Amino acid sequence: MADDELDRLFRALADATRRDIVRRTLVGSVSVSGLAADYAMSFAAVQKHVAVLESAGLVSKIPSGRERLVRAEPEQLARARRALAELEAIWRQRDIQLDAILAEPEE
Amino acid sequence: MPITSVIPDAETLTLTVVGDYAVPVERLWAAWTDPRQLERFWGPPTWPATFTAFDLKVGGKAEYHMTGPEGQKSGGYWRFTEVHPGRGFTFVDGFCQPDGTPNDDLPGTIMEMEFESTPGGSRYVAVSRFPSIEAMEQLVAMGMIEGLKAAQAQLDGVLGLEAA
Repeated sequence: MADDELDRLFRALADATRRDIVRRTLVGSVSVSGLAADYAMSFAAVQKHVAVLESAGLVSKIPSGRERLVRAEPEQLARARRALAELEAIWRQRDIQLDAILAEPEE
Repeated sequence: MPITSVIPDAETLTLTVVGDYAVPVERLWAAWTDPRQLERFWGPPTWPATFTAFDLKVGGKAEYHMTGPEGQKSGGYWRFTEVHPGRGFTFVDGFCQPDGTPNDDLPGTIMEMEFESTPGGSRYVAVSRFPSIEAMEQLVAMGMIEGLKAAQAQLDGVLGLEAA
């Protein structure tokens, strides 16, 4: 993944509303107007958030009748989760070693 | 296992680790701030860490490298941004180039360490804030233990979790 892609990804996730949109559209597709009804902001503002998420590859828009539905693309989130799980394993190993040190009599 | 909780958050790219120990908080603090003790647990057994500098003050730096099973070296540094003796410190954990100079292509992880007394001894809370998935993957590559990875894969198999 190129650096500018990553930049877009993290800028996109840096906003609470956008993170909320990702969470909601992971469960099921929602139209922009459906999303807009739930946030205290204009339709245009929500549309802008969706566009930021779309350019980061976090959501895509799929046509449905006369509307377009927003759907999360969980692949990027899955990649983050995998790396976090491995970092957790590093901490658990670190902890085993720290625990052994703390069990030694103090000098 | 003394670690009481690990909370990964894939949306904000943070990892919060809470460790509880049956030792006084001074002892736990000393383990984390004495480079000779710290290097015995910071790196995994197959990639042990060596701290060559440790200047625990605001603006001060710690320098370390980790040595892999085939002699590979991977360098890093900590730059302390907050220090509250006995209670906590915050630092940026960054990567170094092979020649030891900071590698600014990869932004550093922000680590917040807090220490406190508990009825049973002491606790640390470590919050890591990762700048990007790429940096997280780099840290994994730097510190991952192959054996543990294999064990995790086996466990996932047992639990019926598919590797994504």
